[in-house]
Amino acid sequence: MTNHWIDIRNADRIMIIGSNAAENHPISFKWVTEAKERGARLISVDPRFTRTSSKADIYAPIRSGTDIAFIGGMIRYVLNDIQTLTPANRAKKYNMTYVAEYTNAALIIDSDFEDTADPSHPGLFIGYTQNTIDAPSTIGSYVKTNWGYSNTTNPQSSAALVDNTWTAWTDLDEKCVLRLLWNHFSRYTLEKVSQITGCPQGTLEDVYSSYAESGAPGKAGTIMYAMGTTQHTHGTQNIRAYAILQLLLGNIGVAGGGINALRGTSNVQGSTDMCLLEHILPGYLSMFKHTDVDLNAYINRAESGKSIVTPAGLTGDRSASWWWYDTTDPYISGADNSNYRKYIVSLLKAWYGNNATTDEAYSYLPKKNGSGPNYTHIGVFEGISAGIVKGLMCWGQNPAVGGPDSEGERNALEKLEWLVVTDLFETETSSFWKRAGANTANIATEVYLLPAACSYEKQGSISNSGRWAQWRYKAVAPINESKPDLAIVDELVLKLKELYEADATAPNREAITRLHWGYRTSGQYEHEADPNVVAKEINGYTWSTGTALTSFGSLKTDGTTCSGNWLYCGMFDSSGNNKAKSRDTVDASLNQIGLYSNWSWCWPLNRRIIYNRASVNFDGVPWDNDHPVISYNTTYGWQGDVPDGGWAPINIADAGSKYLPFIMHREGVAHIWGPGRVEGPLPEVYEPWESPLDVNLITGVGNDTSYKGKPGFNNPCCYVGYLDGDNGKGVHADYPCIGTTYRLTEHWQAGQMTRNHPWLIELQPQPIAELGVELAADRGIQNGDIVRVSTARGSVDCIAVVTPRFRRLTIGEGASQKTIDHVGVPWHWGYIGLSTGISPNGSSGNVLTPHVGDANTTIPEYKTFLCQVQRV
Amino acid sequence: MPGKAILFDATKCTACRGCQVACKQWNDLKGVETTNRGTYENPANLSVETWMKIRFIEETNNGSVAWLFARQACMHCTDAGCINACPTQALYRHTLGFVAYDKNLCSGCGYCAEFCPYDIPHLDTNQITGFGKMDKCTFCQDRVTNGLDPACVATCPTGALQFGDRGELLMQGWSRARTLQGQGHPDATLYGENQLGGLHVLYILDRGASTYGLPVDPQLPLAQTALRDIMRPVGYGLVGAVTVGLGVNYLVARARMVREKEDR
Repeated sequence: MTNHWIDIRNADRIMIIGSNAAENHPISFKWVTEAKERGARLISVDPRFTRTSSKADIYAPIRSGTDIAFIGGMIRYVLNDIQTLTPANRAKKYNMTYVAEYTNAALIIDSDFEDTADPSHPGLFIGYTQNTIDAPSTIGSYVKTNWGYSNTTNPQSSAALVDNTWTAWTDLDEKCVLRLLWNHFSRYTLEKVSQITGCPQGTLEDVYSSYAESGAPGKAGTIMYAMGTTQHTHGTQNIRAYAILQLLLGNIGVAGGGINALRGTSNVQGSTDMCLLEHILPGYLSMFKHTDVDLNAYINRAESGKSIVTPAGLTGDRSASWWWYDTTDPYISGADNSNYRKYIVSLLKAWYGNNATTDEAYSYLPKKNGSGPNYTHIGVFEGISAGIVKGLMCWGQNPAVGGPDSEGERNALEKLEWLVVTDLFETETSSFWKRAGANTANIATEVYLLPAACSYEKQGSISNSGRWAQWRYKAVAPINESKPDLAIVDELVLKLKELYEADATAPNREAITRLHWGYRTSGQYEHEADPNVVAKEINGYTWSTGTALTSFGSLKTDGTTCSGNWLYCGMFDSSGNNKAKSRDTVDASLNQIGLYSNWSWCWPLNRRIIYNRASVNFDGVPWDNDHPVISYNTTYGWQGDVPDGGWAPINIADAGSKYLPFIMHREGVAHIWGPGRVEGPLPEVYEPWESPLDVNLITGVGNDTSYKGKPGFNNPCCYVGYLDGDNGKGVHADYPCIGTTYRLTEHWQAGQMTRNHPWLIELQPQPIAELGVELAADRGIQNGDIVRVSTARGSVDCIAVVTPRFRRLTIGEGASQKTIDHVGVPWHWGYIGLSTGISPNGSSGNVLTPHVGDANTTIPEYKTFLCQVQRV
Repeated sequence: MPGKAILFDATKCTACRGCQVACKQWNDLKGVETTNRGTYENPANLSVETWMKIRFIEETNNGSVAWLFARQACMHCTDAGCINACPTQALYRHTLGFVAYDKNLCSGCGYCAEFCPYDIPHLDTNQITGFGKMDKCTFCQDRVTNGLDPACVATCPTGALQFGDRGELLMQGWSRARTLQGQGHPDATLYGENQLGGLHVLYILDRGASTYGLPVDPQLPLAQTALRDIMRPVGYGLVGAVTVGLGVNYLVARARMVREKEDR
């Protein structure tokens, strides 16, 4: 979240899209409800009418996987409104200063850039090459030469936009971002969007006009999203579309605004921060690559493309470009100012201490090889299936239920030499060999099940969606032999050290033997790792004195400091107190906007709303005086939240130090134009891998039933995988319905915890398939019947919940217009536990989902696929 | 009507059912074996193991759909048919206004269930022996008399459930109902102010009470009058008669079981 949970109450408009917050984040509705009582309007966009929709002022049904069309239509609506209004009225209804001066809307792009709207390459930006490698692989990739600014060191801006004097699009420079945006999204008319999404035009207009009202200076709209947004082959671009909209409406950095990712479990934020993912190191540092021959090469590569560029023609004249260093910067001192070097050297120090030099430490660590195994979830299972990955540690994860094409992933598990599952209960993964159809005679996998302590049985921190690190204490002792995860890791590493110490011929031995590893203290932690010691190391301290550091600004490049995660530096105070343990219920923020800055601690530097310098004008005065995040006063300086950089406001600072608000970007302004993504600088409508349409109605590119998909119809860079060659692609002639998977309030993820709990099983006892009244009538399905939902991957039996909440939608244009129905299947169920599925495969929704992933992240396309449903 | 009350605001309820689980947790009630009957709502009925539940109601109107959620548990009526019917005074009026219950005194006669217009009390009567006990929401007597909110209220994330002085909640409820009336819900109302002498569970509703499955003007059965005026004065004498008369008891229990079976 750019903002945080409590801040939702400050919103004037709340759009919940790709999220079912009421069901999956029930507490969030405390704040949504408060906002509504203040007069906020709630918009629910979802293929299903959910418990969230039940509380909405406007419900907009859309076909699953059409977010970009839906939001693109709203971007068009806003742009058209902006252009049509007189400059004076425009500035009242939209924060044009924000748009022109705090985003890259005014900046001018390479003259050779060509959009997807260009008829010579429909649906594709300039620079595309289709991949000739067979799946599993991405469909293709781009060379981004022409995606950047026309002037790469001093991007020029369109003066007519900055001065707000324009009336026609042609008054703006031809390659100015805002005009390119119009060129791109002008195709997303109400009629077109309705044909793609199935949402009636009147409903679209209701949503667009209502949400656009949050664009007025002093108003705020928030977007709450979750896995309904991300789990698509174009999931990252879904979020880009939200970001563009929010920036056009001046909704980033302000109270009640933001792009708010509702994390799927309590500590997803923390696990991401600490590098659970394969492409990053803790604190979102770049992963080492095999081409980074030494630490300097790594730092040079990681910093490249981050040098400061100074936009011309804006009132702000300086970018902080946080990832870059600049010896002329008065706020950074010392000979070597590279933040990247500070962070990575301190990280290596935390890992190896005095046992190795930083260069040695660097040499020990694994480097990612671009042509090597893909270690995303999808890639790991393809690696297992192909016999490349031979061992797997499954820690609090149950891929036999949670993974895409889960029957395929269960089959892959059979090829492992060993499998370690650490969990509270026996899971489908740990017992994959017990499943229906498994022939144990052919399975040689050695399986270990380690009993883990649950959250109440250990202490430590979790980081919630709002980036708050909150300490939790142990309430009861773990039962029997179960142990906290940390204790298990500690024992494992100490044993590994012992084994490597004893074997002088072990490969890359020093990587283990030289690890700085000493987390045991005394008392209850005499024989297991103390989470307090780990927390202090994550925060960082001066190596020689052990004094905790209070800001990542204090980290050093010379190895005299350590920090396991620079983003968390500052969680401790100089006396060594862990602020994650703070529990002050006083809201000392300006106008009590609910920051509660002394309740827990949040990164970075306890900044509760990031990009908050965009919440004020050039004088440091909040756009919204009722909900001031920060405010500048010449006597007291900044007040309120921790500002995104302590520099004086643009109008007060000296020339050359007028810092632009978005400090993480090299140009200091937010990216409406975002060339960082692999499939384009702007989102484009791409159909899901399995689509009910024959033609992409925006790009005009036809469907292709071939296995890999069609660039321009589908996302041209999405990842298409398979397991054992049997992960087929369904076509709408065979599978006419749109399938989607999701969670219920009453169950948790793959169900280990909730499907073993009688009170929760009582509430949702059996797997269900939800479908609309019309579809049920067509198929002769009665409420409560057992139905079979099938896809090209497999089928599951469920209880039919026939409901008017699933609405039949009309999509397509002209003669090819047709109706479509959604079928919804929760993915919680499996074949182990107190509550199991109806079919022997456990009736998990993921038996149905394909092994394809997002172009940027490879997150699986769990949310939309083609299926059939029949009465059993 | 003095005393305490629970205020349920249907417009704020998201049916997360934290209340339903919290009730079981605090009162140490078992999970019931259920099946999915084509709805999220479960268990199908209240029982000795389920004292409160959330009902899920789908409403369609000109192509638009609404999903309404209603709390179902003892309404803690002032003119309480169950108290009037209870021959052992196991059910009685607490000084805070709710219908309190001393399970030790329950003879299992089932008259409370027969005379409840909301069909709340349920018994675990053994079909052979006729012995059993009634159970229902206790207003979390053990909590509210010790300064805590009822378990359901304490767990509600959205403020859909509140606990407090009935008079204050009445004012708050009507204020909210009027706000809803001004927001396009002309039938919005506060339910429970006057029904059966005044309920100690009040409902803020954006639609008419009947949409939420609540009787607009609940009445005690005629037979209740007989009980209150004739049988009750007999008091404990009757207890003996009923307890000895297992046959009678069996018939009452059996009739109820048959009815519940039909309900399902």
